[in-house]
Amino acid sequence: MFCEKAVELIRELHRMTDGQLPAFNEDNIRQVLEEMKALYEQNQTDVNEAKTEGRSELIPTIKFRHCCLLRNQRCITAYLYDRLLRIRALRWEYGSVLPTTIRFHMCAEELEWFNQYKKSLATYMRSLGGDEGLDITQDMKPPKSLYIEVRCLKDHGEFEIDDGTVILLKKNSQHFLPRWKCEQLIRQGVLEHVMS
Amino acid sequence: MSYMPVSPGVGMEENFLSLDDILLSQERLPCKTDTEFPGLGFLEKNADSRHIPEGTKMEMPLWLAKGLYERKRRVISVELPKVYREGWRTVFGADANVVDLHKMGPYYYGLGSQMLHFDSPENLEIAQTVLQTFIGRFRRTMDSSQNAYNEDTSMLVERLDCLERALFRQGQSGLNGFQLWEKGRAAQLTASSLVTNYRKRKITDLQA
Repeated sequence: MFCEKAVELIRELHRMTDGQLPAFNEDNIRQVLEEMKALYEQNQTDVNEAKTEGRSELIPTIKFRHCCLLRNQRCITAYLYDRLLRIRALRWEYGSVLPTTIRFHMCAEELEWFNQYKKSLATYMRSLGGDEGLDITQDMKPPKSLYIEVRCLKDHGEFEIDDGTVILLKKNSQHFLPRWKCEQLIRQGVLEHVMS
Repeated sequence: MSYMPVSPGVGMEENFLSLDDILLSQERLPCKTDTEFPGLGFLEKNADSRHIPEGTKMEMPLWLAKGLYERKRRVISVELPKVYREGWRTVFGADANVVDLHKMGPYYYGLGSQMLHFDSPENLEIAQTVLQTFIGRFRRTMDSSQNAYNEDTSMLVERLDCLERALFRQGQSGLNGFQLWEKGRAAQLTASSLVTNYRKRKITDLQA
């Protein structure tokens, strides 16, 4: 049956329920586009024959191939769209700099889309809250205190806080830091929020 | 979680971009061709090599059946899968809770709703059975999802169809959120689940 390759793309994404981004399956997409080209050309031939020689018995077959073309189109569109939803989520979960391993999973166009999205978000955030703008990717949970206790989960090197003090983030060290400086590092799994 | 996939459609409508609906429409149905399909014989192993003759019984995925079916013309006929026929409908009527809907589906409700596109004379009965089955089973699903905390739920979800499993997961998510709040941990900042899962996967990749 046609369109099996296209559904494979969907299954690949559907397996990753947590929003992980698998590598861009360029190979599979190419095969689907090739199948579409073949179906389209066969239909062009049959449509001409049906018109010029009145062979209306070809119509069910033409319709059959047309259904397959629509199906392939749907699968590819949904595949690309779902990946964009995952990539968008990456900006909110990881921040504006993505780890290289994830970047390798994106195709050139998706990287470009991510950059544009970052810019749009930044422009929007700058337009809020008067002169300074407002970072809406912070304070995802309502804050209970200005400073929080954090433990370092892995070596992260030196870290400067607002008054100029430099903290060394070494694995297992514990610090009492301003919440707004730590939020992103906690999301990235570098620091752990310690509740007393 | 910031990743919000397109949700499946409700009832007889599919959502074009929903991964769930695409997989649902991949389910195969028993069909019969009511006309010849010239040149497509290679798809059907038993047929005369060049064409699919009229009257051929073959399985077609839902998306194809929906695309080809026409109410006013004889293109294909779609048979009702067993689970929507009278025999099984009586079982559902007696006690919907005993049926393993994962085995009989796994898209019992989704596919049942889609079957209504094919103008079967039994459409009314099918629709009613699917609805009553849902009503009959919902309470148990909701109950177990709200009471299974921090335990292995595989036994509970084993016999649920996909829609029920999604509802179960939602219930669990609400329960876990409430428990965190009760323990005063709702304000705790956490690592992104994307990051933790990614790290776990990297470790397994390295070990492989």
